[in-house]
Amino acid sequence: MPARTVLQQADIQRALTRISHEILESNRGGSDLVLLGIPTRGVVLAERIAANLERFEPGSGVVGSLDVTMYRDDLARHPTRTPSPTRLPAGGIDGKTVVLVDDVLYSGRTIRAALDAIGDLGRPRAVRLAVLVDRGHRELPIRADFVGKNLPTAVAERIYVRLGETDGEDAVAIEGEGSGS
Amino acid sequence: MTTVLIRGAQLPDGSATELLIEGGVIAERGSGLSRSGATVVDADGLVALPGLVDLHTHLREPGFEQSETVLTGTRAAAAGGFTAVHAMANTSPVADTAGVVEQVASLGAQHGYATVRPIGAVTVGLAGERLAEIGAMARSRAAVRVFSDDGKCVHDALLMRRALEYVATFDGVIAQHAQEPRLTEGAQMNEGALSSELGLAGWPAVAEEAIVARDVLLADAVGARLHVCHLSTAGSVEVVRWAKARGIRVTAEVTPHHLLLTEQLVADAAAPYLPRYDARFKVNPPLRRDEDVLALRAALADGTIDIVATDHAPHPIETKECAWQEASFGMVGLESALSVVQAAMVDTGLIGWADVARVLSRVPAEIGRLDGYDAPFEVGSPAHLTLVDPAGRRTFGTDALHGKGVNSPYLGRELPGRVVATLHAGVPTVLDGELRDASEVSRG
Amino acid sequence: MRHLLTTEGLPREQALAILDVAEDMAEVATRAVPKLPTLRGRTVANVFFEDSTRTRLSFETAAKRLSADVITFSAKGSSVSKGESLKDTTQTIAAMGIDAVVLRHSASGAAEVLAASDWIDAAVVNAGDGTHQHPTQGLLDAYTLRKALHGDASRGRDLDGVRVAIVGDILHSRVARSNVWLLATLGAQIHLVGPRTLLPVGVETWPVTVGTDLDEVIAQRPDAIMMLRVQQERMHAAYFPHEREYANAWGLGDERLARLPADTIVMHPGPMNRGLEISARAADSPRSVILDQVANGVSIRMAVLYLVLSGSDTREVAV
Repeated sequence: MPARTVLQQADIQRALTRISHEILESNRGGSDLVLLGIPTRGVVLAERIAANLERFEPGSGVVGSLDVTMYRDDLARHPTRTPSPTRLPAGGIDGKTVVLVDDVLYSGRTIRAALDAIGDLGRPRAVRLAVLVDRGHRELPIRADFVGKNLPTAVAERIYVRLGETDGEDAVAIEGEGSGS
Repeated sequence: MTTVLIRGAQLPDGSATELLIEGGVIAERGSGLSRSGATVVDADGLVALPGLVDLHTHLREPGFEQSETVLTGTRAAAAGGFTAVHAMANTSPVADTAGVVEQVASLGAQHGYATVRPIGAVTVGLAGERLAEIGAMARSRAAVRVFSDDGKCVHDALLMRRALEYVATFDGVIAQHAQEPRLTEGAQMNEGALSSELGLAGWPAVAEEAIVARDVLLADAVGARLHVCHLSTAGSVEVVRWAKARGIRVTAEVTPHHLLLTEQLVADAAAPYLPRYDARFKVNPPLRRDEDVLALRAALADGTIDIVATDHAPHPIETKECAWQEASFGMVGLESALSVVQAAMVDTGLIGWADVARVLSRVPAEIGRLDGYDAPFEVGSPAHLTLVDPAGRRTFGTDALHGKGVNSPYLGRELPGRVVATLHAGVPTVLDGELRDASEVSRG
Repeated sequence: MRHLLTTEGLPREQALAILDVAEDMAEVATRAVPKLPTLRGRTVANVFFEDSTRTRLSFETAAKRLSADVITFSAKGSSVSKGESLKDTTQTIAAMGIDAVVLRHSASGAAEVLAASDWIDAAVVNAGDGTHQHPTQGLLDAYTLRKALHGDASRGRDLDGVRVAIVGDILHSRVARSNVWLLATLGAQIHLVGPRTLLPVGVETWPVTVGTDLDEVIAQRPDAIMMLRVQQERMHAAYFPHEREYANAWGLGDERLARLPADTIVMHPGPMNRGLEISARAADSPRSVILDQVANGVSIRMAVLYLVLSGSDTREVAV
């Protein structure tokens, strides 16, 4: 089954711009804000949002990465993942508003792992969640604060997020519609 | 007593004949033979060999009956085409008295699968300190002629000299397990790049060669007969060749496994999917290098090495299902010996079936002073013979093993040749490739 | 990675992956609560047929930092002295429900035999087998070398062109064997030095250069010098005349330390015989990374336990 593109480059850019504005608005400005991307593509998205914030409000684009591999509860059921580095900004996360950034929100288990990881790294004032795509099928009581696009899917379908920095182009595609493959 | 008529067998010299066996001896030979009531064996396409004689068998009884007994060991022998075995002395109690050797010999006679010739210990308890009752064993009903501390080397030069001199009185021979003990302390496998890589203590070739060299010089000095057990290195071959050229009365044996297998089986770089450290390949002396195997084959072909002997060494499973260093040394070999000799020597064109008869029957019987093997297939000779199908091929499995041990290095390997029938003193111990029941065999 | 048994034949990519994961694990040690939930619910059995408090503690620490449960079997005072075998012991422990066996055994190849057998299903990590291998020691040494040379920029780098001298009892050393194959795979140039009696037969087939003169090695200014422990039992087995002669010829004493370039790092797998293969001054000098080796050992063992206990099912699963 061929993949169907649901978001083009311009759609992605617009969604990220909107999310950036929403973050600043809900945080009442850019102070004490830390964006943490979840590898691999969450880090790219976090860096793009940080660049937006920096444009809108200089000094507010503080960004890092948070690897959650070691906090997953499904180690044996997946091929071995080589963890990516966790990089916290120099100021740490204590007392900050941390915005977790990921590409796709699905079962919620990755975010659960991320919350556990954050808990081991410090004590933020608040933790928010920004995702490019929310495809539904949550298995945990987790909800995103900032969503690029809600995309209702079937479980059998797969979502592919491609970003210029990692994949050479910006696109979100959906594959396996109705075929279950 | 069974009467057996063998039709169409090819003798080792290449001629074909019919053989009528009656009363335990070859009664008639020629063509067009018949006898009513005889068990007829159609041997078309089979090679008839004289009954095989093993000069080096561990029957383990008395003392280690969980490993093997005289009955199970001689059943294994019969299945492999053997009609006589020489039982090594390292039992418990050690075969160092007339009582023990007579017991072992009579157990063999009682079961009837093969003639059991006990080997007497050279030293009391194999301890290498004082001579065992060599004279008493020689004069006993077991009439021991071969003496060996096998498993241990008679390393004390003075004791070895005395032993060589003393057994000469009884026309005996010392069968030396050539292993310098200090050079092989803790040794696990052939010393070389592979042992170093695997972290297994090396067993240097010189530990064998030094003893062989010393012993041939001692034998020369005292004018006695020496037999060297399980030669395993090219260097030992050179020493024996030199000694024979000098006229020293030395005979030497090689095991089937040293003619076919190498140390690469402990860890084969070319086959990294095979598990390493498989203790089935742990044996004393250790498997050596390709060049040693080739030298041993050449030496057997040219007569430098006189005989093949199995060093059949059964062990319980648990002594091989463990780390290499903790495993016992030894392999079972009676059931596979002829096939391995065929693979290594006959199918490679190095020797023919007449040579097989020589190295696996006539000469080992001569060394052991065992009567009845000097004129096989002659009318009136004892009917010890085996029929082999050289064209048969089989994947060697535990179903081929009839002793208690399953520690064969050949399991899963394809081997040529198959023993179709074995007759011990005219009694079929194997017929149609099947071992016969103990009750049938002991009845004769 | 199903098991970790030997560094021989360990692919370069896999070796680097272990070192890189260890970088992440090292970071955990710096936290207020140095613990990850990764192996919660998993049980690691330390099965030690041979005493080694250091290695056992290091593995235990690693497992606990990953939230695994740890059970320890140690041969002393156990049924092994009554003749219980590797098979029976490991099967008994496996029957209690374990996910990995960390095996220390005095017989070379014991871990490989266990892994190749059908006795147990658990992952097997070799924690030292006879005089054969101690792969996590090789890995922690490679990690230590890389860290000393590249610092925070270590991730993803190999040891291309790094010159390492390994000194002493090569013959009986599983540390030397583990290092030789691993460091060679990672591109290092290895030079082995020791008395002829303690160099293995056939060592010329290894990916190393070999010599007997330690001073010559020092003059060549290696990047690292690794001193091996001299086992007590070797001293009475005619490998060398006596301790003083060994120390004079192959020990890293104060005088040799002074000739060593300032940026050559000094390594030792421990436990040290101070005054024999290494002087107290050399062991405690700023170039010594001996305590780093210990700390890095925990990170490496965390990485190894993580890698053998994750991804046991290799099916591709949609995320």
